[in-house]
Amino acid sequence: MNNFSYTKVSNVQEAISELDGDIRNKIVAGGTNINDLLKYFITKADKLVDINPVSENNSIIRLDNGGIRLGALHTNADTAYDPIIEERYPLLSRAILAGASAQIRNMATNGGNLMQRTRCYYFYDINTPCNKRDPGSGCSAIQGYNRIHAILGQSENCIAVFPSDMCVALAALSATVNIMGPNGERNLAFAEFHRLPGDTPNIDNNLKHGEVITSIDLPRQGFEKNYSYLKLRDRSSYSFALVSVATGFEIENGSIKEARIALGGVAHKPWRNTEAEDFLKDKEPTRENFTAAATILLEGAKGYQQNAFKIELAKRAIIRNCFMALNPESQRPGAKPSL
Amino acid sequence: MEPKETHAITLNVNDTNYQIQILPWVSLLDVLREELHLTGTKKGCDHGQCGACTVLVDGKRILSCLTLAVMKDGSAITTIEGVADGENLHPIQKAFIEHDAFQCGYCTPGQICSAIGMLKEGKAQTREEVQELMSGNLCRCGANRGIINAIMEVKEGGCHE
Ligand SMILES: Cc1cc2nc3c(=O)[nH]c(=O)nc-3n(C[C@H](O)[C@H](O)[C@H](O)COP(=O)(O)OP(=O)(O)OC[C@H]3O[C@@H](n4cnc5c(N)ncnc54)[C@H](O)[C@@H]3O)c2cc1C
Ligand code: SF4
Ligand code: FES
Ligand code: FES
Repeated sequence: MNNFSYTKVSNVQEAISELDGDIRNKIVAGGTNINDLLKYFITKADKLVDINPVSENNSIIRLDNGGIRLGALHTNADTAYDPIIEERYPLLSRAILAGASAQIRNMATNGGNLMQRTRCYYFYDINTPCNKRDPGSGCSAIQGYNRIHAILGQSENCIAVFPSDMCVALAALSATVNIMGPNGERNLAFAEFHRLPGDTPNIDNNLKHGEVITSIDLPRQGFEKNYSYLKLRDRSSYSFALVSVATGFEIENGSIKEARIALGGVAHKPWRNTEAEDFLKDKEPTRENFTAAATILLEGAKGYQQNAFKIELAKRAIIRNCFMALNPESQRPGAKPSL
Repeated sequence: MEPKETHAITLNVNDTNYQIQILPWVSLLDVLREELHLTGTKKGCDHGQCGACTVLVDGKRILSCLTLAVMKDGSAITTIEGVADGENLHPIQKAFIEHDAFQCGYCTPGQICSAIGMLKEGKAQTREEVQELMSGNLCRCGANRGIINAIMEVKEGGCHE
């Protein structure tokens, strides 16, 4: 790690003034990503601002509109095991528990999870060109080893994927990110938080330097009856997703009233396409309809040397997860697959 | 740029208070091993990928390699050196011996601290769930079956303080 100074703050205003809009002043929350990146000299800091004592952002509260507010500093583990989340947003619990390990989930915070960086091997190897780490140096993955890379929304500058599981569920649930900055409060719809790489793959999301995520709001609808999170990876635990799917349905009289499908591991942000969801509206939950929805979601998908398999994998995962959402019991650990 | 200063912190490790002066970028793992000479906690990967450095901070299992010591000022930390009750091994330690739950022993301190943390969390019911919630601790010797057997015995014996 490079040498940096360290300061603890007890409220958001103090954090904002310590950050001072300077990119070399960084927030540390759970530390599970930033400390790793500092060790590799991928991130360099002049000052770490420890926001852990900011107690106003460390809770889960009920909102007047029937939704729930998740504190940015609440840990991933405490969020996944919170009785309200388990009961009303089991899709979110499942997605969080599919990620990382128990120790890491005990440390990781909700705000930090949104801000975690890609796991592209070249991004992690400071001896290779990478536009995300070193803008303008080139992308080593496009012609290189790209098995874990994106099939949707890439640019010729970067084909990295955003690795979070939790955020796939937050995308499906249409969460809102609450932000505080030098100019006051603002919020972003979840779909607007992360961005595609375009010409500036060094920028992962639309949070500005000096801004702080204070909380994440979940709307009332939690799809607690028909939901499923399916994560496909090289080993069955403690591994990032090759492809993951978060699915929620509201079903009335045998037909789909509302559908949500978000994909992880396939793009620079959690991937949602409301056209696929609108297609399923008022239709019966059949294989034919699920297949058609999967086809819409994967429109324009493009593979590279090693990752083209992800297109078919994603299609099958979407269809299978639609069936699993009809019978959420089928996704318990150790349970037999439903198909 | 502000001056890079050392910080005075207090760590309570295995019921002993230590006052130390440290630089902000030093990991809790390095403080335990290099400053306090508690070398039971192991450094495997130093990047959060193996679980060898698992310790309990305020009762919760965490990775000491990804933790800055300065952030744990005032915390109570339990390492493998602190899990036994004097000469009496912790039930998990005893079970590890009975079930041959290690070969080289490098992952063992992390496995034991992680298992104690897991039983305290109380989320794993079945063997599959225990496996899933212990997946953050890798064993390169492949002693996993013995490890899970040991944990299941203690879990089913109902003795997990
Ligand atoms: C071995 C390993 C395996 C993993 N596997 C998975 C996995 O399978 N699935 C998965 O989803 N994740 C996985 N993770 C990633 C893990 O979930 C993230 O590292 C974690 O969520 C980050 O949260 P944190 O609080 O530790 O963030 P930190 O490391 O503290 O911070 C990360 C970034 O967020 C910024 N930040 C933190 N809080 C705020 C805030 N409130 N406002 C603004 N900026 C903020 C920091 O400045 C920093 O840039 C894994 C991590 C490791 C080490
Ligand atoms: S895919 Fe993106 S992160 Fe990976 S090497 Fe290319 S530019 Fe860097
Ligand atoms: S040494 Fe900490 S996880 Fe490997
Ligand atoms: S006993 Fe050797 S690594 Fe586990």
